[in-house]
Amino acid sequence: MTDSKYFTTTKKGEIFELKAELNSDKKEKKKEAVKKVIASMTVGKDVSALFPDVVNCMQTDNLELKKLVYLYLMNYAKSQPDMAIMAVNTFVKDCEDPNPLIRALAVRTMGCIRVDKITEYLCEPLRKCLKDEDPYVRKTAAVCVAKLHDINAQLVEDQGFLDTLKDLISDSNPMVVANAVAALSEIAESHPNSNLLDLNPQTINKLLTALNECTEWGQIFILDCLANYTPRDDRESQSICERVTPRLSHANSAVVLSAVKVLMKFMEMLPKDLDYYGTLLKKLAPPLVTLLSAEPELQYVALRNINLIVQRRPEILKHEMKVFFVKYNDPIYVKLEKLDIMIRLASQANIAQVLAELKEYATEVDVDFVRKAVRAIGRCAIKVEQSAERCVSTLLDLIQTKVNYVVQEAIVVIKDIFRKYPNKYESVIATLCENLDSLDEPEARAAMIWIVGEYAERIDNADELLESFLEGFHDESTQVQLQLLTGIVKLFLKKPTETQELVQQVLSLATQDSDNPDLRDRGYIYWRLLSTDPVAAKEVVLAEKPLISEETDLIEPTLLEELICHIGTLASVYHKPPSAFVEGSRGVQHKRLPGSSVESPEPASAAVPEASPSIIPSQGDLLGDLLNLDLTPPTSTAAPPPTSGLQMGAMDLLGGGLDSLVRPRVLVSSQMWLPAMKGKGLEISGTFARRSGVIQMEMTLTNKAMSVMTDFAIQFNRNSFGLAPAGPLQVLTPLSPNQSIEVSLPLNTLGPIMKMDPLNNLQVAVKNNIDVFYFSCQYPMSVLFSEDGKMESKVFLVTWKDIPNDNETQCQIKDCHLNSDAASNKLQGSNVFTIAKRTVEGQDMLYQSLKLTNGIWVLAELKVQTGSPVFTVSISTKVPWRSRHGQQSDSVVPP
Amino acid sequence: MIGGLFIYNHKGEVLISRVYRDDIGYVAQRSFMVTSCIKPATLFNVNLFVCRRNAVDAFRVNVIHARQQVRSPVTNIARTSFFHVKRSNIWLAAVTKQNVNAAMVFEFLYKMCDVMTAYFGKISEENIKNNFVLIYELLDEILDFGYPQNSETGALKTFITQQGIKGQTKEEQSQITSQVTGQIGWRREGIKYRRNELFLDVLESVNLLMSPQGQVLSAHVSGRVVMKSYLSGMPECKFGMNDKIVIDKQGKGGDLYAFCCSGKQSIAIDDCTFHQCVRLSKFDSERSISFIPPDGEYELMRYRTTKDIILPFRVIPLVREVGRTKLEVKVVIKSNFKPSLLAQKIEVRIPTPLNTSGVQVICMKGKAKYKASENAIVWKIKRMAGMKESQISAEIELLPTNDKKKWARPPISMNFEVPFAPSGLKVRYLKVFESKLNYSDHDVIKWVRYIGRSGIYETRC
Repeated sequence: MTDSKYFTTTKKGEIFELKAELNSDKKEKKKEAVKKVIASMTVGKDVSALFPDVVNCMQTDNLELKKLVYLYLMNYAKSQPDMAIMAVNTFVKDCEDPNPLIRALAVRTMGCIRVDKITEYLCEPLRKCLKDEDPYVRKTAAVCVAKLHDINAQLVEDQGFLDTLKDLISDSNPMVVANAVAALSEIAESHPNSNLLDLNPQTINKLLTALNECTEWGQIFILDCLANYTPRDDRESQSICERVTPRLSHANSAVVLSAVKVLMKFMEMLPKDLDYYGTLLKKLAPPLVTLLSAEPELQYVALRNINLIVQRRPEILKHEMKVFFVKYNDPIYVKLEKLDIMIRLASQANIAQVLAELKEYATEVDVDFVRKAVRAIGRCAIKVEQSAERCVSTLLDLIQTKVNYVVQEAIVVIKDIFRKYPNKYESVIATLCENLDSLDEPEARAAMIWIVGEYAERIDNADELLESFLEGFHDESTQVQLQLLTGIVKLFLKKPTETQELVQQVLSLATQDSDNPDLRDRGYIYWRLLSTDPVAAKEVVLAEKPLISEETDLIEPTLLEELICHIGTLASVYHKPPSAFVEGSRGVQHKRLPGSSVESPEPASAAVPEASPSIIPSQGDLLGDLLNLDLTPPTSTAAPPPTSGLQMGAMDLLGGGLDSLVRPRVLVSSQMWLPAMKGKGLEISGTFARRSGVIQMEMTLTNKAMSVMTDFAIQFNRNSFGLAPAGPLQVLTPLSPNQSIEVSLPLNTLGPIMKMDPLNNLQVAVKNNIDVFYFSCQYPMSVLFSEDGKMESKVFLVTWKDIPNDNETQCQIKDCHLNSDAASNKLQGSNVFTIAKRTVEGQDMLYQSLKLTNGIWVLAELKVQTGSPVFTVSISTKVPWRSRHGQQSDSVVPP
Repeated sequence: MIGGLFIYNHKGEVLISRVYRDDIGYVAQRSFMVTSCIKPATLFNVNLFVCRRNAVDAFRVNVIHARQQVRSPVTNIARTSFFHVKRSNIWLAAVTKQNVNAAMVFEFLYKMCDVMTAYFGKISEENIKNNFVLIYELLDEILDFGYPQNSETGALKTFITQQGIKGQTKEEQSQITSQVTGQIGWRREGIKYRRNELFLDVLESVNLLMSPQGQVLSAHVSGRVVMKSYLSGMPECKFGMNDKIVIDKQGKGGDLYAFCCSGKQSIAIDDCTFHQCVRLSKFDSERSISFIPPDGEYELMRYRTTKDIILPFRVIPLVREVGRTKLEVKVVIKSNFKPSLLAQKIEVRIPTPLNTSGVQVICMKGKAKYKASENAIVWKIKRMAGMKESQISAEIELLPTNDKKKWARPPISMNFEVPFAPSGLKVRYLKVFESKLNYSDHDVIKWVRYIGRSGIYETRC
């Protein structure tokens, strides 16, 4: 008797019949009916109407029937939560069954029924099962904790299950340990900051012991968990590596890859001159090669990972080129990956072999593969200079085949070869030109046009060739249009006499008939260049091009480091960080190699590479600056020395003249930025101010040299808040010796952003007819406080509560003899607004808000003890983060 | 971890669907429930179904019904990742929304296939439909919340049967559970055989790429040691082979065998992997292979060697172009092993140009035929002893073409089977110790067999 018949019933009134059968007295009939129900469920029919009838079959001593009913329950309990309660009793009873298999089955299934009401009843049985005498029940209960946590995290914490789970790491049974590790790792992932998986040398030791004894899957859980640990020193690192290396001989590829992950990570901590370091490097190659004899799907996973490993540590596999040669019957995804790795490993030593292989591949059937092979030949030429000549001749052979896509691909790569080795292989241009007509892909057409334009002087009929493209100008893709424009301009500059008409034509096509702004702009630039200064035009358009780099398609180092920490996982297959494809908080934690050299300034900005960069001032800086808000009249003599900034600032804030209270702007006394010594006679001093919403850089330029200075210009380096000049530096008359001029430069905050240290540091370059001078200065934070920084009191209240305590900083301002109102007024002058004020036990509490130009709100609480000269300030920020691509996760960026 | 597992037939119909995690399928649902505070009991019912179906359907539309061949075994559709493997015309797909261990998921899918095959034979639509209850039961056992659990058939068969487990004593039950969770999850206790017997097969495939002048461009052997064990109790086994590292070590220690065969008769193994029953840490420290074997057939180890490979055949090609319309080909094959041994199933494949119009072949031994559809002359010899030589000569007539491109001369490839291990691997011993039962190593009947097959065995011409 077979089960397939259950799939075939499609009669009407089926549900009704099933109902009758389910309520039958005969056990066999019941079982048959449940099987039918499950079969319908599998093929997607809705059999939820049978819920009560199926649940009625639950109380049975037939284990097979019980399992079927449980299966049904898992599927439909969620849709019928009230009914699901009916099942609870049986579950609880089963958890007490003398048969451990039934106990485990009950606790396993209960965890799968994701109904809130049931979870309450689950706690007691689960607690018992976690301490069950039978390891089979314990290992099932361990996973159940993870299930329960997924439904109701709070409940798991309140019930103390996490501690029990932690205890299970010391269990005598290796499988219990493995499952506990798996469950804890998963729970820890959704609590990035919790210290749940408290990995210390003792627990690590326990895990390493269990590693030798548990199932292959358990070994994977444990190794993946180990990879999250950071050893204290190189000794510990080495001893863990020593105990992990035996895993490299495991038949299960996942065990091998996870072991490789641990080793790759911990290796970072080993000193390079250590003997063991070399031994370890040697030990890694054979298992990686062996992975290539696994099933194709696993080969694919392995190859994607090897691609990462080769980029990080090329030395491991540098002698293993041959194993990446493509086999005739490899699936296409394996072939493409192998090809990629071959190029990465190509070197002078093996280039002959590689080229011979690539040539073979270029005659294969699969179009993508052939294209990639052709491209690879070009990349070899660029990477290994000695091979360039052979590569070019191979490419020419391929062009001779006249296979359309091969020709196009070859032309694209030859263009790059020209750029890498100028004036070497141009003899082949004639052959290329023969194939002009067959090119139908934009990239190939653009490449060909570039070649014709670049070498116009050597091609007799260059004008005819380019003209032929011009006919269908508007049907071309942007890439081709731009290239055509540049190509014809180059041609004109080289052969001005014959091509005047052509250049006119293309310029008018680009500027008048096109609605593509890039094309129009480029057209206008050429037009103006050509009409005003043809010599300059020649210098610009025919300028020597920088050489192109050897390596292409390299993964950006920070990402590479992160991916190395994710070896074996999906992230390493996609070559994307988990945050790019995982929803929610899980896995968005960023992993780092220990002792990694690449410092990312902001954890959050690394998390979302597409996010628009924005710099959040650390509270320390802001505090200093708040207090440095110089409210003294501009006549004040010396600027506060930076070391005693805090105290001096405080004195200034309150000790300064009351007259400045009404002044609606902020001023800092002028500072020397560029002494004449360094500026070849040019001396610059200046200050920053905020006037009616515009940040001004006020400078005094003094000429202390003997000659006249002209042609002033200014530029800023990237800085924390994107400050940039809003206009050119207005020095209209030449600056004669010993003359001073005052210039006010309006700034905007639209410039590029880079975090500076200190935050308010600004690097400036000033140019004149003599030289370019660099200096750096610091602007007061208060110029960044915008006028609309007054928050509504409700919003303020909510925001204040939202900000985690960690984001709060406190400090005290001493020697302030000012009452709260006066202080409030004074601060308002600098766009620090008082939202609310209350008096508690003789203390005035001022709640204030301010907004930075980059939209970040800063909230502050100012405590003023009447009669005491000490103010206490608490400052908080919260930054809601939103990337351009709609990543919804709001993360609070710690200051 | 794995969020769900589906099995489809070639039409894309779902045969088995087991969902372990809610996230695959109705993430949208949950947020819907949170935002609108309606009790969505009734409404939910329908939607839940629709959404879960979506994950299932997405795979059907994007992978099974896609016209192209499979471009990647991992597909990401709408932020959901599908891992798939195909066995005959059945698709197995594991689905997840998390950053899972990809290698583990594939290993699990293969394991799942093994387990199913062990239970009901070939994986086919019919067999799956016939055993769907069993499959659900297995899936419940070997995958818990998406975490793979013990998946050794030996252990599973003790408590997942289609008869239902009835009348077990308490001892039996705890024996099952301790075996499933224990350190030796791949073998159950209490196995008894009247005759203790074991079979070892050393299966190798030898790969070669040789230049026309007879220079070896690349050669490697990938081998497997497959064991069939029919042993009583929980035998402790120790496997020894002529591994260079071991021999060298023992040679110094005065081991007689090691002394005799040290030097050229030991082989250098590049890398090897073992079945999970082998104690890896012991291999790492002492390089000894000790284990308690599973019952029945399994693969004990895989290995790879590249040094001192015995190439069973040498192919000597001679291609001469006579004018523009004629090619003369002469190929000599030499067998290079002991004369007492016989190679079998020998096949030599000599490629011919695309514009071949006719071929005349003369061969000393076996049969040769020109196969126009394959653009090759195929020469077959049933048997050939060692240290022999045979020859084929052919005249190939060509149609005149104006194709400028020269014929690329693909390599001549060969297939064969020989009764020895081309790597030179020899089994030195397989000792069996079972202290509790009254049989000793001498009582066990042991069989060893070596089979060397050609992998990709090519000679350029």
